[in-house]
Amino acid sequence: MNTLKGTDGGPHTGTTIVAVAYDGGVVLGADSRVSTGTYVSNRASNKITSLCDKVFLCRSGSAAHTEAISDYVRFYTSQHASEIGQGKEPTVKSVASILKQMSYSNKGLMAAMIVAGYDKKMGGQVFGSPIGGTMVEMPWAIEGSGSTYIWSFFDDEYKEGMSREETERLVLEGIAHAMARDGSSGGLVRLVTVDKDGAKSQVFQGKDVPMILGDMAEPKSNAATVVW
Amino acid sequence: KRSIDRRRRRRRRRRRRGGGRRRREGSDQTRRFFFWRTRRRRQGKVVFCFLFFVLWGWVDQNKRSERDHEEEGSMLASERKPQGFDFDLCKRNDWLEKQGLKTLKPWSTGTTICGVVFKDGVVLGADTRSTAGETVADKNCEKIHFMAPNIYCCGAGTAADTENVTGMISSQLELHRFRTGRESRVVTSLTLLKSHLFRYQGYISAALVLGGVDCKGPHLFTVFPHGSTDALPFCTMGSGSLNAMAVYESGYKEDMTKEEAMELTKRAIRAGIFNDLGSGSNVDLCVITADGAEYLRNIDMPNPRTFTAVPAPFKIGSTPVLKSKDLPVPSLETQVTVETTATAMDMS
Repeated sequence: MNTLKGTDGGPHTGTTIVAVAYDGGVVLGADSRVSTGTYVSNRASNKITSLCDKVFLCRSGSAAHTEAISDYVRFYTSQHASEIGQGKEPTVKSVASILKQMSYSNKGLMAAMIVAGYDKKMGGQVFGSPIGGTMVEMPWAIEGSGSTYIWSFFDDEYKEGMSREETERLVLEGIAHAMARDGSSGGLVRLVTVDKDGAKSQVFQGKDVPMILGDMAEPKSNAATVVW
Repeated sequence: KRSIDRRRRRRRRRRRRGGGRRRREGSDQTRRFFFWRTRRRRQGKVVFCFLFFVLWGWVDQNKRSERDHEEEGSMLASERKPQGFDFDLCKRNDWLEKQGLKTLKPWSTGTTICGVVFKDGVVLGADTRSTAGETVADKNCEKIHFMAPNIYCCGAGTAADTENVTGMISSQLELHRFRTGRESRVVTSLTLLKSHLFRYQGYISAALVLGGVDCKGPHLFTVFPHGSTDALPFCTMGSGSLNAMAVYESGYKEDMTKEEAMELTKRAIRAGIFNDLGSGSNVDLCVITADGAEYLRNIDMPNPRTFTAVPAPFKIGSTPVLKSKDLPVPSLETQVTVETTATAMDMS
């Protein structure tokens, strides 16, 4: 209402983002809450953006920074895709490298991201990219404020050689656990599964999201997880 | 001592008596030597002067390129000069304020703006109060800005920033329309706005609700001052955004009719007007469909002026007349002639 204030940082995707690779592809998952301070400015945002047909980016940190980075990386990736020839698709590693160079060269950016996708050469891959511009290939990666609550969950529950359904279930449960404990994560759970046939996206809300009750009694309705 | 003086005087007299300067006649060889010596000396002086100027010019050239390029800076991130806004005068302004100089407060549209997507298009709504600090600067300002014939943008934040940013991007869109020969798309204006605002890292305080209908259907976006955007079926911005959002959350349903959407938006803006101090006065609406945009200025005026100023009536004759004089008013004749040209302007 008042005169010019100093910048307050803008909307933040204080968030939970997860990506897990399985044999034949990857599963990416994210919650959908974007907050400006204590106000939720968007309760149904999409934090999983596509960089090319089979490579996706999970964004967390400052919304403005990550949106700008993803726009640039999508542009460079499409240039790279047209340069390597019509029959070939960019590898996940090359897209991750483009992102890493942007992230590393601009240290002032507050962007913690995960690049995950499928390519014919190496199958499903997940690259974690925390703030600063590191890029490390891992079998599973988690980022965001809610990720602190689910490190042990993934350490325990992740197994090699899981099927697609098992991996999707794992990611969904992990995000549900984080949303139960982290105030900056909530809303819907969006899942994107990428395999050799392309990408498929799903939305979970309401009773589809596992209810993490702990010591609480089971409520009569699950209105807390319904977004609309 | 006297003998020394006499000797000196004699020598001087002898010298003067000689007439002009009496030189000893030298041989040819010595004459040639002296001739060439003076010649060479002169040449040497010329060459020296020439070289001096050449050197000076060369050094100056280098210094000039240094002068011209000192603003460019180096490519190293550590040596690059900071770009963007220059805040050097802020300290001076603070000092002036401490000395008692009253600075103008920038007008802020502490505001309620909102938008909702309905079946055939979008409805945008805004209040009309513009504040400068705690004073209302404009009781009936326009917060819904034109971007394109099919795109309108509501602005909250600093009034100057919203007006200028929307004006700039509106011009860019028009030029783009001339170039492509097509109707502007809402995502085009969204990308132009977000990249402009991101470049200024949040210092341009413009929070916008952008809505429009293009060949892909109705679109509604919010743009934050830092350059992030959200695509939503209904959204609110400004200081009264929480009030308006409460109305939208309880009243929104998918595929509303135009009247339902307009009524919901009016209720949302009224919630902001009556419950938020930064919003007030009247409701503006803008309904955009595939057929075009309807800008409904002051469609709802829930804050009429309670007491209007009425001059106190005085009885005729309460003021005594001392003198009166009648002056004839000269009759004025006015004549307007319209000249029609032989051939009308060809407008095809």
